[in-house]
Amino acid sequence: MSVRTQTIPDVGAKTPVPALEPLLFELARPGRSGRHVVSHDAADIPAAFQRKAPLRLPELTEPQVVRHYTHLAQLNYSVDTGMYPLGSCTMKYNPKVNDRVASLFADLHPRQSYRTTQGVLALAYEIEQMLAKITGMDFVSLQPQAGAQSEFTALLVFKAYHAKRGEAATRRRIIVPDSAHGTNPASAAMCGYQVTTVKSDARGNVDLDALRSALGPDVAGFMLTNPNTLGLFEERVRDVCDAVHAAGALVYGDGANMNALLGVARPGDLGFDCVHINVHKTFSTPHGAGGPGAGPLCVKAHLRPFLPKPWIVREADGSYHYDTAREDREPAGLGDSIGTIKQRLGNFGVLVRAYTYMKTLGEEGMVETGRDAILAANYLLALLRPAYDLAYDRPPMHEFVISAAKQKKQGASALDVSKALLDEGFHSPTVYFPLIVPEAMMIEPTETEPRETLDAFAAAMLRIAERVKTDPAAVRDAPRFTPLRRLDEVTAARKPVLRYAVPGVAGAE
Amino acid sequence: MGNNPYSPHTEADRAAMLERVGVRDIDELLGAIPNDARHPKLGIGPGLSELEVQAHLERIAKLNTTAGSGPFFIGGSIQRRYIPAAVPVLALRGEFLTAYTPYQPEVSQGTLQATFEYQSLMAELLAMEVVNSSMYDGSSATAEAAFMAVRVTGRHKVIVATEVDFTYRRTLRTYGRGPELEIIEVPTAKLASSAEGAACLIVQHPDAFGSLVDVRQIADAAHAAGALCVQVTEPHANALLEPPGALGVDIAVGEGQPLGITMSYGGPHLGIFACRESLVRQMPGRIAGQTLDANGTRGFVNTLQTREQHIRREKATSNICTNEALAAITAAVYLSLLGPEGLRAAARAGVARAHKLANRLAALPGCAIANDGPFFDRFTLRTEMGGWDLRNALIALGIQVEATASHYYAGAKQTGKEPAQANAKPYVGGRREGRDDVIVQCTELTTEADADALVDAVAQLTRSGETVAAR
Repeated sequence: MSVRTQTIPDVGAKTPVPALEPLLFELARPGRSGRHVVSHDAADIPAAFQRKAPLRLPELTEPQVVRHYTHLAQLNYSVDTGMYPLGSCTMKYNPKVNDRVASLFADLHPRQSYRTTQGVLALAYEIEQMLAKITGMDFVSLQPQAGAQSEFTALLVFKAYHAKRGEAATRRRIIVPDSAHGTNPASAAMCGYQVTTVKSDARGNVDLDALRSALGPDVAGFMLTNPNTLGLFEERVRDVCDAVHAAGALVYGDGANMNALLGVARPGDLGFDCVHINVHKTFSTPHGAGGPGAGPLCVKAHLRPFLPKPWIVREADGSYHYDTAREDREPAGLGDSIGTIKQRLGNFGVLVRAYTYMKTLGEEGMVETGRDAILAANYLLALLRPAYDLAYDRPPMHEFVISAAKQKKQGASALDVSKALLDEGFHSPTVYFPLIVPEAMMIEPTETEPRETLDAFAAAMLRIAERVKTDPAAVRDAPRFTPLRRLDEVTAARKPVLRYAVPGVAGAE
Repeated sequence: MGNNPYSPHTEADRAAMLERVGVRDIDELLGAIPNDARHPKLGIGPGLSELEVQAHLERIAKLNTTAGSGPFFIGGSIQRRYIPAAVPVLALRGEFLTAYTPYQPEVSQGTLQATFEYQSLMAELLAMEVVNSSMYDGSSATAEAAFMAVRVTGRHKVIVATEVDFTYRRTLRTYGRGPELEIIEVPTAKLASSAEGAACLIVQHPDAFGSLVDVRQIADAAHAAGALCVQVTEPHANALLEPPGALGVDIAVGEGQPLGITMSYGGPHLGIFACRESLVRQMPGRIAGQTLDANGTRGFVNTLQTREQHIRREKATSNICTNEALAAITAAVYLSLLGPEGLRAAARAGVARAHKLANRLAALPGCAIANDGPFFDRFTLRTEMGGWDLRNALIALGIQVEATASHYYAGAKQTGKEPAQANAKPYVGGRREGRDDVIVQCTELTTEADADALVDAVAQLTRSGETVAAR
């Protein structure tokens, strides 16, 4: 592998930039193979069904494959590499014991009998109990596989709840704040709801008057992230929930920012009817370059009848089974349940990791986590204030949103600043979200970054702000020391190349 | 310091940080939280050391009977297959495992190229034009395929075969309650004649019971009626069977778990989602695409993002954000290690062992193979004992199979307008047309000894089965 070197500005050290890697297909040669599975069996398949299309998968040896993916891995930034301050993503450290423990539950099929999976059921039952306690809710469904699927699940629950009260036909609207994650309105639309957006007030809260005038007998629910995507705790959260309930609607808690509340406050004590948990954020499970996650849905008792089935039942003798009949024979009636989102227990392998984390922290560790996350955000904000604008000036929770509007006027946008950060050796914060802050940079340091790292990150941000003043063109030109320079996303979308062109295969580019 | 072992802050750190913030205590930063709601008692117990937590989880894990601890024939969409040693070593590298969604492509080329390669490998395997970067699992991919067909055709009726994996049909019905779709289940044999007015026909091949299905004829019928054809597929089957892209299928979906991903009691797995290029702008989920950087060097980005929720909000093609990117990378590692011949070998082994085992079982008195026609790497065994009783008796002997009863239920019609009523029906009644059987799945991990054990056990049980039936 050829190695280029980069010079880190203001440090002067030279570090190698990993070279790019050819595609698997370009490394392959016909006739190479790894002998991982050999079979001399003949398959009895009628000719009409046999594959006639060519199967031009790359042919490689194992050493080639190992180097290929090792080189690709070296092109990635990760939490194991360094600070990853993506706002609302909670990129905290992912403990390694969690991964090892998960492997204890790897060789189990979800269609095994409850009789051969008592450990799974015991663990899942305890996870449900712990999540209920942590969120202040009464019951939990482990089925949703990510936050967005949990939102959709919850809205189906809302729909079933209103249907039960004879109001399904009239309650056709979901309200979301203008600071909401895009998944909220998208989930509502998928669930057949119309979406109404309400604005935020001058302190970054939901505008209560706007909410009250949007509420009515046609509203099914309100989706609220708290702390919201500005990193701010809703100052009148109970009034908000009361207003929604007074209109006969339900309050959905988007738990994306639950890390701030860990051991600090519980959605169930604040008026929410339900909340989802992104365990790949709050409970430290690795996000795997975009997934997997898991999105347990925690609800108050009045929503329990509508939760997905099956449910786990614990017998007096300490044994477990599903509420399908005891012998797995005749599934019990669905009752008011919305049905099934994912068979059995969702992304169980992820949930085992979350459980391990919860057991490691315990009560005191959880409180410390929430408080340290809040402290880290406030500290980092204090360091950045001299150079960047703050959209809403009050103490944030676990994350905060600054604006690069000042820098934009000087010639470099939030995007440019984010790219310059890559040259400084840091991952960028979330940019251009929430939509209500111009040139937004949403920064979430998490509780696991030491003060030295927070200081180094702030120093990098301040250096960039200085450079914007003196040489904005240089910042617009960033990044220069990453494996690739800025990529042309416009052409990628206009002339999509979505797969390797296997020579001679119709349909390929 | 001390309570959270992953928190680096010493008391001195905290004091210095508080001073910089300008407060004396963290509590001063919590002013927006109602007083009575602050710091509730959780009641979750004290934290454990790593050693303690490992031992605790090992104790719980011992309560399970793992698939590998005895003859194991449960399969379907989730299969116990051989995972080469290099698969977890590579896919679980921290740079893949602990990265987020590749929002900054300049420092995420590993993820983006591996994803592009996954899309390319899967497109080749399925002979489909476009593959997305992943859905959650096979069941949600099937439901999203139905939603996509509804968007493409403007119709609201979905026809799904009863031989499609029952967990997929359950999820489809549950999803369908959102946009209030009409979802009608008919036997595969009646799919083609049910296409009128449908957004799509959903067929599984090989089906949940292992049978091979003439997909081309169903796709033709769908197209003649202006509907799309959705095929639920399994990755290994495509090494030997004509793939969806060669059968006229518009959207191919399925579970990618058999490609080197552990079963893990159901997840995290890999939702495969593929379609025609002409439909790509209606496709859900992230897609990696090739482009150039400012120096003209080839690179990869997430593309066609104007379909997605973070840009389009309520007008997005789906709400999906987090997906199963790591599973897609895992599948790509698996496919690149096995190559075409290794994949064919694994698939062939399953088929050959299933057929050999089926012949042996069918030779036993009172036993028959219940598949209507040719089958792939699993089959349905009918005995006088009944599926549930046989399955439970086999578990007692340390042999795990799946019974078919849960695959069937009456009242397969869901009208969007009355979801509660329609939804109650499918769970009523566990048997249909006397088909109370067991399903036997074979893979390259099925050994001769496993097969012997099953044959012996079935022979023994069905001999005494007459008494069971009489009682």
